[in-house]
Amino acid sequence: MNKVVKDAQEAIAGIKDGMTLMVGGFGLSGIPENCITALVESGIKDLTCISNNAGVDDFGLGLLLQKRQVKKMISSYVGENAEFERQLLAGELEVDLIPQGTLAERCRAGGAGIPAFYVPAGYGTEVADNKEVRVFNGKPHLLEYGMVADFAIVKAWKGDTHGNLIYRNTANNFNQPMATAGKITIAEVEELVPAGTLDPNMIHTPGIYVQRIFQGKNYEKRIERKTER
Amino acid sequence: MALTKEQIAQRIAKELKDGYYVNLGIGIPTLVANYIPEGVEVILQSENGMLGIGPFPLQGEADPDLINAGKQTVTVLPGGSFFDSSASFGMIRGGHVDLTVLGAFEVTDKGDIASWKIPGKMVKGMGGAMDLVASAKNIVVAMQHTSKDGQSKLLKECTLPLTGVACVKKIVSDLAVIDVTDEGFKLLERAPGVTVDDIRKATEGKLIVEGEIPEMQF
Repeated sequence: MNKVVKDAQEAIAGIKDGMTLMVGGFGLSGIPENCITALVESGIKDLTCISNNAGVDDFGLGLLLQKRQVKKMISSYVGENAEFERQLLAGELEVDLIPQGTLAERCRAGGAGIPAFYVPAGYGTEVADNKEVRVFNGKPHLLEYGMVADFAIVKAWKGDTHGNLIYRNTANNFNQPMATAGKITIAEVEELVPAGTLDPNMIHTPGIYVQRIFQGKNYEKRIERKTER
Repeated sequence: MALTKEQIAQRIAKELKDGYYVNLGIGIPTLVANYIPEGVEVILQSENGMLGIGPFPLQGEADPDLINAGKQTVTVLPGGSFFDSSASFGMIRGGHVDLTVLGAFEVTDKGDIASWKIPGKMVKGMGGAMDLVASAKNIVVAMQHTSKDGQSKLLKECTLPLTGVACVKKIVSDLAVIDVTDEGFKLLERAPGVTVDDIRKATEGKLIVEGEIPEMQF
């Protein structure tokens, strides 16, 4: 078994125009910086990106948007990105806005082989348009579908050569559910160690879900809203 | 006098009970954490995967891997925990969060809420708001009673796209504390110096006034 690749360029091999990608992170926290940079340099276009947020104008997925490499975003909140809003209002970008918990569960369900499920979020709103409604315990629910992606790209704190991953603090977020839902899952980690080094009790993402792993470099880990006492 | 944002937060904090797990939304709701009453221990949930939100970090100690739902750097209190986004919304959807406090553009006398979109002007997305309002056991809304030009935001029907239907239980506005009941908005308390008549004029939805309405106590 060899899951270790040299760098982000090697990790994204096989990603082609028009593919669907899941990209982990919440805001700028826990985003796969190295792979995003490699995607920008690759010029791959017409991507559908499933990601809770769309980065900011000059960082994160905002970099892909700037270069018009994204055809469609599937997200829950995109408010931090002026270029995104401009492309959206100008009709240059397709966007599917999904309640955050539904988005997370659609990734988890996709990875767990659950094709569809019911949730109450969005009932009675425009999110419910054209969706099946079913009442359970007196409460209306919407039918939502599990999602998988051609590639899931996640960022972890530590990983080993078997692809086992540990996330740090709130940088876990969408990385853990998305890691399960890629036909191919790429993990970039701050520290890559030999299998057997990490405590098996502490693993968030078991290596079975991860096909490619590499140690990232030059992490900027930009803070979106630095607030101090 | 209408309440300041801080006073709205301070009044909402009186709804907190010892042992509550609480989700605070962005804006005024975040300020509620500054007014948790003495002797009351609550644990704050952050939808991006954390229980036990602490104060903002000290100068130089901000951690990019430790943020709240508003993307602000925070700290974690002893006894806190981290988890992924699907687990986070699992606890929200499963009804494990005791109280949710969030902001709103409009609320109706049936408990409908609009808080996420202004067509043609603002398309930021709903984030976790739709999940929260659809599943929370108890929802308190922090809001301004009227718009800047004096239009009521406590309505019969929302004019903006909905976030959820028949879900809001209580409103703390700059003018009043109101319960949303099956019959409509039930006035519970007035802001200091604000009259029942002022509140009636500022409320388009059905307002129920029974007996003497006390002033809020701080």
